[in-house]
Amino acid sequence: MNLKMKALKKSLWVYHLSGGSCNNCDIEILDCLTPRYDIERFGMVLVGSPRHADVLLCTGIVNKKCVERIKEVYDQTAKPCVVVAIGACACSGGIFRDGYQMAGPLNKIIPVDIYIPGCPPKPEAMLAGIVKLLEKLK
Amino acid sequence: MNDKKKVIVPIGPYHPLLEEPEFFALYCDGEKVVDVEWQAGYNHRAIEKLSEGKHWDQVTFLVERICGICSTSHPFAYCNSVEDLLDITVPEKARYIRCIIGEMERIHSHLLWVGLAGHFLGYNTVFMWAWKYRESMLEMFEMITGNRNHYAMFKIGGVRRNIEDEDIPALRKVLKDIRAKLEMLTHAVLDDPVLGARLKGVGVLTKGHIKDFGAVGPVARASGVDIDIRRDDPYAAYPAVEWKVIKTENGDVFDKAVVRLLECMESVRIIEQSLDAIEGSKGDIENQVREMPVGEGIGRHEAPRGECFHYVRSDGSNSPVRHKIRAPSYTNIPTFKASCVGQMIADVAIILAGVDPCYCCTERVAVYDADKKNKKLFGFSRLVEMSREKTERMRKQV
Amino acid sequence: MKVLETLKEKLGERIKDIKIHNERRIYLTVEAGDIKECAKIVFRELDARYIIASGADNFDSFEILYHFGFDSIGTVISLRVFLARENPGIDSLSDVIPGISYIEREMWELLGINFAGHPGLSHFLLRDDWPEGNFPLRKSIKTDGANSE
Repeated sequence: MNLKMKALKKSLWVYHLSGGSCNNCDIEILDCLTPRYDIERFGMVLVGSPRHADVLLCTGIVNKKCVERIKEVYDQTAKPCVVVAIGACACSGGIFRDGYQMAGPLNKIIPVDIYIPGCPPKPEAMLAGIVKLLEKLK
Repeated sequence: MNDKKKVIVPIGPYHPLLEEPEFFALYCDGEKVVDVEWQAGYNHRAIEKLSEGKHWDQVTFLVERICGICSTSHPFAYCNSVEDLLDITVPEKARYIRCIIGEMERIHSHLLWVGLAGHFLGYNTVFMWAWKYRESMLEMFEMITGNRNHYAMFKIGGVRRNIEDEDIPALRKVLKDIRAKLEMLTHAVLDDPVLGARLKGVGVLTKGHIKDFGAVGPVARASGVDIDIRRDDPYAAYPAVEWKVIKTENGDVFDKAVVRLLECMESVRIIEQSLDAIEGSKGDIENQVREMPVGEGIGRHEAPRGECFHYVRSDGSNSPVRHKIRAPSYTNIPTFKASCVGQMIADVAIILAGVDPCYCCTERVAVYDADKKNKKLFGFSRLVEMSREKTERMRKQV
Repeated sequence: MKVLETLKEKLGERIKDIKIHNERRIYLTVEAGDIKECAKIVFRELDARYIIASGADNFDSFEILYHFGFDSIGTVISLRVFLARENPGIDSLSDVIPGISYIEREMWELLGINFAGHPGLSHFLLRDDWPEGNFPLRKSIKTDGANSE
């Protein structure tokens, strides 16, 4: 397992998933790809299918209509994988946690390894979270 | 006989027993789209209900989080609606500050759109450039308001923070740079023959479609429908500054792109004039509100995507008794029924993008066989691929 | 106000009450049974723009406001109808205003108002297996969706 984790560290493939968000965290994740922050220089790539992903970046409260999809994507992701809850909504439900559509927060649906709070967390905060993740994987 | 129904290898997660929830289901017959269904609810977070349990001032923070991209449009419309209920005006300096924030948001939102549209067409450099220029706008937001997104600038009766005189020179410099970049982007779009061939005549919406669905914003203005809340039902400092409404006639995706790019230039003009008006001013930035009478109010704002409409009702207590929120995309998205049907599948990605819906919404599109309704053919990533392949083919022809 | 005079002339007896909040915000109460005629006049004949409809729970009745925009004068005209508390229902306007079918579905599922003649009242924002009889926007339901009785 440890060897595999070390191999993972070389180049992390990331799949982004939203469980009902306002999109701000999602846009800030995409921002990480742009020249200013450029996560590709760390070997991190956004992939189109969870089957190829090492890291699941999840945003949103997990609204009742999304529960099955989130579970399904988690099941399809190759293990070992790391789940990151990005933003106040994924961490705790944020300002929406009392509403009738709330089925989350994320850790009620799938196991979460890293929480990056913020509304939205700045790209620097996300990168700092990823660095902590890399340390954790060591 | 069977060459009419092309079966394409499904891409992405697909389990035959589990229904994959999609925002849009497209039914296709061969290369053409036959029908479109909009299935909403994946972003529904019970905001209207939550609003009834919050204080009037707390609602401003709640509605900001309806959408991240047009984060300030909802507080703007909400504050307009409560001020309509109260029948109060906002101090002059606050009016200009509201316009500055609203127009800066328009620029960042349209640049985001240009980037995504470029991405769908296969112009990845456009995506990188547009988002890079957008960064300077976000930096300015952070400097003035403390956050790149969700600025929390609005409050009932005024604004929460001042724009300090010492920040104005930096803002002016960024605007000057953005203007040059916008001009470059606009010419790049207007003069590129491949983009012209690719986008002209695609996803056309007529004036009749716009009326039937109640579409608003650049989607309506690209089809020649001359509506803009900033001019029609003036509020904030819009009547005090010079700017024009951008309108074109053809209603295709090309026109929608032109309208958005030219609108950004007008936004730069509005911000520059507003900065001139507030520089050195020591005016108040809020009208304090202490009590809420019984009544109802309607407020609107021309968000980057169109008219944002809020209706509030008060029974004299600390919370709204009813708060109706209508985002512009609510009436714009159904226009897919008119703009996608009869079009080629390779154009669907860009037609969807033309309406500028939430990024999350476009992520979840599925294409089904028109006859066997639950036979899923492929998902959004394949649609984007097909769109890029078509651009490549046209580039070789031109 | 010219638009109000025109509306009074065209809608005539159908107007039960007029509330002028200000020059640009006018609320006209009409009978639920007349809504289709009124919508045809306002939307088609007077060429107003359809904005949205908003339903509300008034404890002793239900209320729907149909909001229309007269953009050349920046005015919103809202047609107000009151519906009975028990089995609230009204004609669907989907054949007059195609775009209104979505908000009617939303009002059906969140407030429990029936729209006669609607092309397909099915769940729109809520899950298909949402508990029957639970209408989240009603005052009898708490914020988290639980019954408050």
